[in-house]
Amino acid sequence: MDCDKCGKPAKVHLTQLVGGQVKKIALCNECAGESGVTDPTGFALADMLLGPTSPSAGKGKAPVVSNPVVAGPACPTCGFTLNDLKRVRRFGCGDCYKAFRSEVSQMLRGMHKGTVHSGKVPDGLMEMQQRKMRLEELREKLESAIGSENYEDAAALRDEILGLEGEISGMEGKS
Amino acid sequence: MMRFTTLMKHPADWMVGKGVDNAIVLTSRIRLARNLAELPFPGWAKKQQRRDALEILLPAVEGLSVMKKGFSKELDSLTSLQKQVMVERHLISREHAARGEGSAAVIERRQSVGIMLNEEDHLRMQSIRPGLDLRTAYETLSAVDDEVADRVEYAFDPELGYLTTCPTNLGTGMRASAMLHLPALVLSDQIGQVLQAVNKIGLAVRGIFGEGSESLGNLFQISNQSTLGESEQTILERLERVISQVAKHERDAREKLLEDDPDMVCDKIGRAYGLLKHAWIIPSKEALTHLSLLRLGGDLGFFAEEIVSACDTLLMEIQPAHLQMHNGAKLGPEERDTIRAEIVRSRLQTLEAPDISSIEENQEGDDTPDLGIS
Repeated sequence: MDCDKCGKPAKVHLTQLVGGQVKKIALCNECAGESGVTDPTGFALADMLLGPTSPSAGKGKAPVVSNPVVAGPACPTCGFTLNDLKRVRRFGCGDCYKAFRSEVSQMLRGMHKGTVHSGKVPDGLMEMQQRKMRLEELREKLESAIGSENYEDAAALRDEILGLEGEISGMEGKS
Repeated sequence: MMRFTTLMKHPADWMVGKGVDNAIVLTSRIRLARNLAELPFPGWAKKQQRRDALEILLPAVEGLSVMKKGFSKELDSLTSLQKQVMVERHLISREHAARGEGSAAVIERRQSVGIMLNEEDHLRMQSIRPGLDLRTAYETLSAVDDEVADRVEYAFDPELGYLTTCPTNLGTGMRASAMLHLPALVLSDQIGQVLQAVNKIGLAVRGIFGEGSESLGNLFQISNQSTLGESEQTILERLERVISQVAKHERDAREKLLEDDPDMVCDKIGRAYGLLKHAWIIPSKEALTHLSLLRLGGDLGFFAEEIVSACDTLLMEIQPAHLQMHNGAKLGPEERDTIRAEIVRSRLQTLEAPDISSIEENQEGDDTPDLGIS
């Protein structure tokens, strides 16, 4: 087998899983050294060497596409970027899961038995979640009540909302 | 707080396994991954943020009722040898040992509950029990988890569950596993089939010692892979069912081996006995192979029952960092093999030659030839 970069006899053979696809790369000693293949922290090696789309680019010719140094969208909380995510397949903080929602659902496909959590919920969090959902619902009702000039209902709704808000802030204050 | 030497002096509760059937399933282990809501995950956090996380977590965890009089150390206050010994005892992970500043380990006195701080996730909590008992291990750890949740705010999403650094742990954040000793399935060439079947159900299998498909000492770990979409109970039930089935296969294979080829079994165990009792230089691989057979012999009634736990202790003590700690100085590979043999010999000093009378009884009336051992 020949080196995928320069065509000399290959000495280093790499197999890497990238996005569920197996990528095989063969390199000669020199190219392997240059690419830092021996560095165990090197992620996404196949991408780096062969470009993200070509499983085995044309013989002897390195892909011409040079990756532009754009970090991609970032998590507003911690600054972790989409490129970081693609590189390490890990997240920077809890909010990253919201920031990269569509990537998350892509990654989760086939990874687990399901895509929605069923199991333990931290104490108190469930009640809180239910109250917040109810609050959301009441606010919508209030708006439509006001819109239809149904002030009697609106007043009752407003009282219920105030009570619920008080409960929620009381619960949050405790934790 | 407990000192390192005190922690090391006593074997873990789960290793002794008194009154528990651990002949095939040695241990059950649960690990939960949790993170703080307000700080970046350890791998992405800046040094100061890692320290901030530790400042929140350390008092919260040290103050847990289960950690009373326990062990608690920041990792950069331990030597690399001490850390490696803890890895060999399954108290911390290899990854955790590699992290220094801002990481800590808090361990319960009897080593049945351990918490790693700032590993891949802010919290990695584990609970270990002897034998097959994943549910108790889970209940213990879940109670610890509740207590932690009262003190800190977890990163949690109603749809994705507990949020973890790596998406492979999302949801329950739970990895449940058992360590199994399967020498008879290996000897009878059934191991491949059994492990393949386990794999097919979506459970992961790997050897405890050795790399790749090779498993030294015939020790295997079976664990769940999926953490999202099913409740803890569903995962644990399936896992326990599969593990007890594998254990039953091993039990049947042991009986069948004795029935079909008692000479081979006696020969293997007898040789392991002779070699371990008299070797002066013993590489790790050889020691693991023969300790595994000795352990099997203990279960088959060739030796007193205590040999099983003696083997389990030895499996731990003959690993490189333990040898070095025992010796008190750095060891080259050859010296290691000599010290390893010395430790094995001294532990097995009083072990009497295999007693095969139980097999002979089974074969009364059979026309099998004399086994030639007495």
